Amino acid sequence: MVFLIQQTMIYAIPLMIVALAGIFAERSGVINLALEGIMIFGAFIGVLFVRTMQENQTFTQEQGQLLVLLAFLVAAVCGALFSLLLSFSAITLKADQTIGGTALNMLAPAIVLFFITMIAQQNVLRMFTGDSASWFMIKPTTFGYDRDYEFGFFGNLFLNKVYITTYLCIIIFVVLSVILYKTRFGLRLRSCGENPQASDSLGINVYKMRYIGTTISGFLAGAGGFTYALTTSNCAATGEVAGYGFLALAVMIFGNWTPLNVALGGILFGLFKCIAATYATLDINGDGVYMLAEIGISPYVYRLLPYLITLIVLAFTSKKSRAPKAEGIPYDKGQR
Amino acid sequence: MYKVDPKTGKQKFYSTAGFQSIASALISILIGLIVGMLIIIFVGLTREEISTKGMLEGVKLVFFGLFNTGRVDNQLTFGFNPVNFGNMLFRGIPLIMTGLSVAVAFKTGLFNIGAPGQYLMSTAATLYVAIVVPTETVPAWLVWVFAFGAGIIAGALWGAIPGLLKATLNINEVITCIMTNWIAANLVTWFFDVRDYLKNSDEAGKIGYIKTTASNGVETAKMGLDKLFPGSQVNGGIVIAIVIAILIYIMMTKTTFGYKLKACGSNRHAAKYAGINDKASIIASMAIAGGLAGAGASLYYLSGHTEFYWSTYMSLPAEGFNGIPVALLASNHPIGVIFAGIFMSLLNIDGLMIKSLTAYNEYIADIIIASIVYLSAFAMIVKQVIGRKGRKAGNTNVNDEPDPALLEAQRAAAKAAMQVEANDAEPAPAEEEGGNK
Repeated sequence: MVFLIQQTMIYAIPLMIVALAGIFAERSGVINLALEGIMIFGAFIGVLFVRTMQENQTFTQEQGQLLVLLAFLVAAVCGALFSLLLSFSAITLKADQTIGGTALNMLAPAIVLFFITMIAQQNVLRMFTGDSASWFMIKPTTFGYDRDYEFGFFGNLFLNKVYITTYLCIIIFVVLSVILYKTRFGLRLRSCGENPQASDSLGINVYKMRYIGTTISGFLAGAGGFTYALTTSNCAATGEVAGYGFLALAVMIFGNWTPLNVALGGILFGLFKCIAATYATLDINGDGVYMLAEIGISPYVYRLLPYLITLIVLAFTSKKSRAPKAEGIPYDKGQR
Repeated sequence: MYKVDPKTGKQKFYSTAGFQSIASALISILIGLIVGMLIIIFVGLTREEISTKGMLEGVKLVFFGLFNTGRVDNQLTFGFNPVNFGNMLFRGIPLIMTGLSVAVAFKTGLFNIGAPGQYLMSTAATLYVAIVVPTETVPAWLVWVFAFGAGIIAGALWGAIPGLLKATLNINEVITCIMTNWIAANLVTWFFDVRDYLKNSDEAGKIGYIKTTASNGVETAKMGLDKLFPGSQVNGGIVIAIVIAILIYIMMTKTTFGYKLKACGSNRHAAKYAGINDKASIIASMAIAGGLAGAGASLYYLSGHTEFYWSTYMSLPAEGFNGIPVALLASNHPIGVIFAGIFMSLLNIDGLMIKSLTAYNEYIADIIIASIVYLSAFAMIVKQVIGRKGRKAGNTNVNDEPDPALLEAQRAAAKAAMQVEANDAEPAPAEEEGGNK
C-alpha cells in the first residue's frame, strides 16, 4: 500500500502543481498552452543547476536537501522568466495565445536539446555524480537514524523514500489556492478572466493582473518540470516531459478550473500513470499493482485513459462548463 | 483602408494583402535566422572547445547549409549539392502536407493542432496495408494506392473527431486535438506492440523499428527525379504533394464547397443564417485537414526506405507540429505552403549540415523554426507596421483583430462574397438550403 500511494504521489504532484499553473493563467484570462514547454525548460534549468553545483563541489552529499531546494527555486524562477515570452506576445502585443503557446512548446525542447547536446554530447543531461535517490531522497539516515530504522506505517508513508519537493509542492498548492479564493488579489485576478472590462472600470490594471497570473503560472510550471525530472527520471533532463504539460491541461479541464477538483483529478490521473508505469515491475511489496497488471488490460489503456476521460468529461459538461469567460481573448481597453 | 495610386486608381503594391503577407513572412524568417546566428555566436564565444573559425562556419551553414558540398583542405566548399536538394524536397513532402492541413483548418476558422495525431494514425494504417497485403497476388502499384488511401482515411477519421465535438457540442478544438494526439500516440504504439510480424527483426540495429514498405516491394515511383538529384531520397511524392496543394487551392477559392467552409470559418452564425449547414462544414473541414496530414504520413513512409520507430507513446511526430509554422509562414495560402514547406525542410538540412560539419548540433534548426512561429503569432502587427507606411489616416486598429487566422478567413470570405456578387451568380449556399435541417 505504501509503495502504491508513494508512487501515485510521485506522478500526481507534478500534475497538480502544473494544473494549478494552468488555473492561474486561465483565471487571469490567458490560455497557457505552453505548460509543456515551460516544464521542459524548468526541468533543464533545475538539472543544469544541480549538475553545475556538483561539478564545482559547492555542496556535499549531506547538503543534498539544500541543493534540491535551491534547484527547485531556480527552475521555478527561470520558468517564470520563460513564460514572460508568452505574456509579452499574448498580453502586450495581443497576439493569438494558442499560437504563442505553441511557439513556446516548440522553442523549449529546441533550446534545451541544443544546449544539452552542447554540454553533454548526447541527448540526456544527467547529474554530475551520483543519482537522485542517493543525493535527494529522504531516508532514515537523513534524520540521523540507522539505515534500516523502522518508522511504522505512517512514518514510512510520509518520511521514508520521499522527496522534499513533494511537500514543497503541496504547501505551495494550498497557499496559492487560498490566495486565489480568499484574498482581494485573488478575486481581482479571477475577475480579469471573467470580465476584464468590468475589472478595468473598477480601477484594476488588467494587463498587470494578466502578467502576474501568467508569471505565477510559469513559476509553477517550471517548478513542476523540475519536480517531474527529479522524481520520475532520476534528475535527468531529456528535452521532453512525455506530454505531462498537456496532461496537466487535461487535469485542469477535468477539475473544472478549481483547485480542489484539480487536486482530486491529479491524484486520479496520477494513479493511472502509476499503474501504467509500474505495470511491468515485479510485485516487490505486495501492493496490488501487480494484481492490476494481471487483469490483462494493456498498459496503453491506462496511459490513454486520462486523455479519453477528459474528452468524455468535456463532452458531457460542455453545456455547463465553467471555463473563465474571457480566456483567450486579448484585453483591449477601447473595446466595448 | 488601402493606399490607392491617384493616377492609375490601382492599389499600391505595398498595401496589398499578398505583399504584406510575403513581406511579414520574410521578416519573420530573417529574424529567426538572426536568432539562430546569435545563439551560434553566443555559444561559440562562451565555450572553449569552439574556435572562432568553427563559429564562423556555423554561421555560414545557418544561412547556406543547403549549398554546402563538404570540406576540402579544412575549408567548407559551397556549390550545387544534389543530395541536399533532393533530400530537401523529400523531407518537404510531409511538411507541405501537414502545412496544408493546418492551413485549410485555419482558413475555416479552426486551429488544427491535431496534425501529429492524424499523422500517426495514418502512419499505422499506411504501414499496415503496405506490409500486409501480399505483392505476390496484388500488383505493387495497387497496394501503394490502397495504402495511400488507407492513410488518408485514417487521418480524416481521426481529424473528424475534434470536428464532430466542435460542431455538435461546441468544445474548443484545440483541447480535443491535444487529447486525441496523445490517444493516437498510445493507440498506435499499442497497435504495433501486439503485432510482432510488422516489426523489423531481420536487420541488426533496427530493433524498435517497423519494416519498411520496400520490404514488400511497395515504393513511390521516382518519376525521374533521382536522375536530377542523384544519391538523394527524392521521389514522386513531392510531385503528388504539389498537385494536392494546387487542388486544395482550387477547392478553397474556386468552388462553392470551399466558399461554404470559409464562410463557416469567418462567421458560423451568419453562414447558418445564409443556409449553410454549419455543422457539416466544420466536420468536413476537420476531416479534410486530417486527410491531408494523413496523406503526408503516407507519402513519407511509402517512399519505401523511411523507418518508423513504433514505441512512440511518449512523444509526438515533429512533422505534425511543424505544419503549424509552415501554414503560418504561408499565411495559410495553399500555394505558399509549398514554398514554406520546402523552406522548413531546407532549415532541417542546414541543421544536419551543422551537425555533421561543426561542433554545433541540428537543434539549431528547431530553434530557428520555433522563433519563426513565435514571430508569426504577431505577424499581424508586422503586417500593420508595413502597411502603415503607405497610409496617412489610419482608421484601422491593430488590436481589433487579434487572430490573424480569423482575419485571413474573413478577408477571404469577403472577397469571395464580392466575387459572387460581381458575377451575379446564384448565391452559393442556396442550393443546399433545407437539405440538412
